[in-house]
Amino acid sequence: MSERLEVLAIALAALSGTPGLLLKRDSPLGQWVALLLSIASGGLGIAGAALFWALNDTQPIHWPWSLPGAEFSVAVDGLSAIFLLPIFLISMLGSVYGIGYWNQRQHPQNGRQLRLFYGLLTAGMALVVIARNGVLFLFGWEIMALSAFFLVITEDEKKEVREAGWIYLVATHTATLCLFALFALLRTASGSYELVPLTNNDISPAIATAVFALGLVGFGIKAGIMPLHVWLPGSHAIAPSHVSAIMSGVIIKMGIYGLFRVTSLLPQAPLAWGTIVLVLGAVSGVLGVAFAIGQHDLKRLLAYHSIENIGIILLGLGLAMIGRSLDRVDLVVLGVGGGLLHVWNHALFKGLLFLGAGSVIHASGTREIDRLGGLAKTMPWTALFFLVGAVAICGLPPLNGFVSEFLIYLGLFATFLPGKGASFAGAALAAPALALIGGLALACFVKVFGAVFLGVARSQPAEHAHESGPSMILPMGVLVACCFLIGLAPPLVAGILDRAIAAWAPNLENTGPHLATVAPLNWISVMAVLLLAALLVGGMLLRLRLGRGVVERSVTWGCGYLAPTARIQYTSSSFGQMLVELFAWALHPRIHKPMHLPLFPQSAQFHSEVADTVLDGAVLPASRLVARLFSWFRVFQSGNIQAYLLYIFAALILLLLWPY
Amino acid sequence: MNAVTVVHHTIHVVLALSLPPLLVGVIARTKAVLAGRVGQPVLQPYYDLVKLFRKDSVYSTTTTWVFQAGPVVGLVTGALALLVIPLANSIAPLSFTGDPIFLAYLLGLGRFFMASAALDTGSPFEGMGAAREVTFASLAEPALFFGLLVLAHLSGSLQLATMLGSQLSQQWFSAGAPLALVLVSWVIVLLAENARIPFDDPNTHLELTMIHEVMVLDHSGPAFGMILYGAALKLFIFAALVVRLVFPATTGSLWMDWPLFVLGLLTIAVAIGLLESTMARLRMTHVPVLLVAACLFSAFGVILLLR
Amino acid sequence: MPQVFDILLILAVALNFVSLGVSRIRAVINVVALQGVLIGTFPLFVHTDIGLRGFLLVTVTLVLKGRVFPAFLMHAMREANIQHEVTPVVSFISSLLLGAVGSALAIMFSDTLPLTEEHSQVLLVPASLSTVWTGFLMLTTRRQAIMQVLGFLLLENGIFMFGLLLLEAIPLLVEAGVLLDLFTGVFVMGIIIHHISREFASTSTERLAELKE
Repeated sequence: MSERLEVLAIALAALSGTPGLLLKRDSPLGQWVALLLSIASGGLGIAGAALFWALNDTQPIHWPWSLPGAEFSVAVDGLSAIFLLPIFLISMLGSVYGIGYWNQRQHPQNGRQLRLFYGLLTAGMALVVIARNGVLFLFGWEIMALSAFFLVITEDEKKEVREAGWIYLVATHTATLCLFALFALLRTASGSYELVPLTNNDISPAIATAVFALGLVGFGIKAGIMPLHVWLPGSHAIAPSHVSAIMSGVIIKMGIYGLFRVTSLLPQAPLAWGTIVLVLGAVSGVLGVAFAIGQHDLKRLLAYHSIENIGIILLGLGLAMIGRSLDRVDLVVLGVGGGLLHVWNHALFKGLLFLGAGSVIHASGTREIDRLGGLAKTMPWTALFFLVGAVAICGLPPLNGFVSEFLIYLGLFATFLPGKGASFAGAALAAPALALIGGLALACFVKVFGAVFLGVARSQPAEHAHESGPSMILPMGVLVACCFLIGLAPPLVAGILDRAIAAWAPNLENTGPHLATVAPLNWISVMAVLLLAALLVGGMLLRLRLGRGVVERSVTWGCGYLAPTARIQYTSSSFGQMLVELFAWALHPRIHKPMHLPLFPQSAQFHSEVADTVLDGAVLPASRLVARLFSWFRVFQSGNIQAYLLYIFAALILLLLWPY
Repeated sequence: MNAVTVVHHTIHVVLALSLPPLLVGVIARTKAVLAGRVGQPVLQPYYDLVKLFRKDSVYSTTTTWVFQAGPVVGLVTGALALLVIPLANSIAPLSFTGDPIFLAYLLGLGRFFMASAALDTGSPFEGMGAAREVTFASLAEPALFFGLLVLAHLSGSLQLATMLGSQLSQQWFSAGAPLALVLVSWVIVLLAENARIPFDDPNTHLELTMIHEVMVLDHSGPAFGMILYGAALKLFIFAALVVRLVFPATTGSLWMDWPLFVLGLLTIAVAIGLLESTMARLRMTHVPVLLVAACLFSAFGVILLLR
Repeated sequence: MPQVFDILLILAVALNFVSLGVSRIRAVINVVALQGVLIGTFPLFVHTDIGLRGFLLVTVTLVLKGRVFPAFLMHAMREANIQHEVTPVVSFISSLLLGAVGSALAIMFSDTLPLTEEHSQVLLVPASLSTVWTGFLMLTTRRQAIMQVLGFLLLENGIFMFGLLLLEAIPLLVEAGVLLDLFTGVFVMGIIIHHISREFASTSTERLAELKE
């Protein structure tokens, strides 16, 4: 049943943007039709996943397809179901948000295009996670990648948008190229494009290693693992905010899905693979957050945090792979459980944060953190919801981010405890790395929340900001509720994660401990509820006490300075300055400051920025070099149509002669 | 839960909530005596708290509810953390596998809101203090976790009650070197997290050089009382961890363990006072170096165990 | 006993980190002197029965490393008006991290060495390799000439510790030779520092590049 529901949901999502195309540009009807279809599709999709969890009612579909080697074969299992939920939930909430954020009336020139590709994107992603045939997988993958490209370049009249869009397009096709090779290799091993678990007889260690490496690069580019992340910050920053939410919350998770799926298909996983994934996770995590601290652009900053969270998820995957090669069931359970729960959590709080950022941008018209400030007074709901997202992404209790990080910590510590079987103690060094990531993320989000929402407005537009409408507030509220739900009652998701663990490592299904037995989920629940209750009581007591005494209002104490202005506030750049300096070896911050100040003060300019080191330092120079190397190819580009026809003719003859 | 446990937990809660200001008083008194002054009464912090809770408040017009939430979250997280750490008898009222991770993140929540409250005032000084606080705390975090790895390996458990339990006294003989490294590292973390010399001088009067004190400049009345009390709780938490690390042995007797533990705490307080009287504070640019060194010390402990 | 020795060895390694982390030259001199005193006592731990010659060796080492060298260097600082702050080529944190990586590698490497049972139990070899590595770091990443002298001293401390392995085989020879070399070295460097500072009004080794033809 689940499969049929999902296919129906995919069809509805794919069609959701088309009615609008038939309507007039300035007609608002199209967006409401799209919204209805999107909600229907989201409801069906979530219902399909829920049905799978509740009844385990799966009937894989195998419809024939005329393409050689291809078959429309889809199935839902524990791993797919985990990813289906964020795909449909975030898409649905995003389209509600879009009514207020990208209303057809205000954006008649590109609103229809946006909604068309938005629906296709949802459909493509859902197809990827339920596809059980390599060709079908690639079809879904390309639908997703291309519609994401068109969403990124929604505002293609701007130069920066086109540039970021091109980088994205190149990156995503590099990834696709790797995946073509990957599925071709899998086909040589298994004999068909059907994605089935392989045994040691099917595949030689060398081919398996090649498949893993291709998967790591191909899916790694999509996921935004640290040295492969070059496309991510730019495109997240310039896309419309609800598109950024879905890109960061869900699309990059398709890379994670691919890694989980491919590693579950391969029969063996040498210890080195798990170690590589673990190291990549730690690097992405620490450097992702370090780059985030240096950013001045609200959405670019959030984009770097996506890299950080992908790092945390990879720590979980690496731990699980190490557990599989050591036959340590507890490590597999904690690694897969923590990693996949973090997939959910990141989709929830990062979606929330991008929607909150969108609300801020909608109200103030700027993404520059240092031009904002004081929005908590004019936008109370956005501020509150953004705060919840910020606390959640720092992994702090009582919210959901803590639960998944806790599971990963437990697994990392378990590699270092004596007497639990074979172990690889070096993995434990990732635990302090995760602690560092947590500490830095906290610093970064105090900076963002403080600079954007607290204090006094630093610019005119920020001063006149207004709260967003209910269509933008409501989706954020739903995400906040989800964050609290998982944070306060983690035992609810234990069963769902157990199914995913069983799907990833089928041979462990009945032998190993399940998540609830290896992790004190009930205790987390108790502590979170206790904490929340104590906070509420404490707050109420302070309020009562203040109510009984005299409360005077006055200006902020300026330590003796009596003429404070909004511009003397600590900026976000100053806030992060010490950490940027500490990580200067990776960030290479560019600082432009006046070299020789005269004796008497004059107006001077200070400017600092942290650009992407990998993109500017490696990828762009390398591509320029390649472009130069291939410039001799230009001689063939004569501009003469007859010459081109001759090439085609020559190529045809060559191909016809090839067999001889 | 038997009667002895109930008694233990009652003492735990009462002591943990009542003793922290005393530690602050002892430190201040030690410093005064060493400087040749009579100094304030040891109980002065209690008088201060009582006075503050009876005062009226002034709130800046710039601030929002976040500013009011800061002291509450700081105090509540500190109080909840006290129920998680083992004191004299190595059983905490709330104890479960992974509780040290919860402890670290709980304190993180308090820090998040305290720093946000500082930014809510719009004062440049408070923003500066908040930046320093979160920067230094993020560098102290790995040091804490490297130490936890050492203790987890030695005890085979991830529960503070066992990690800092009485078996640790034998470990000091069999794995003294890693434990000594963790001790050094955690003492540095204690000083950093509680804004003591050489990181921050609680007595300084120049806002530009402060870390913690400058963050709370704008708080007044009961809210300021909550902050002072919360800071004392935090000092107690870290001091208790160090005491358990140094004197893990327990006699098993209710009447011996608790007085010994309190004695240990007071020793730590006097030691901090001595340290503060004999050291100058570090230059701000050199603080990260010391914190990285603390991380390296405990990391070295882990590497010794990996051999 | 091995436990106490291990803690002292760890202390020696910790002093390596301190010497890389502190920013005042006087502090570095004191730290290196303290480490010298510490390792000067190590022969007593390695062989409880070392005889009169051994005691003499310990005494000479203690006096030289704990008293003569630091006094000499302090004197040089006063006379040559050397600035008080260490000026590293890479930041303090980077040199600390480099030191830590080197020490970790030293531990791994020493596990592969064919050591006798009693020597592989304690951390003697890792500590000595770590100290040698710290000496190299100090020599390569610090600008002032006086820091180079301190780097040599650390290097010698490391070699001294390694030499303890051979204490039974060639008791006095190695150590006396090294100490003598070092004494001459410090002496010569002291004179050179004095002359550089008179010539250039600074003791940065970078200025020595000007002397090349």
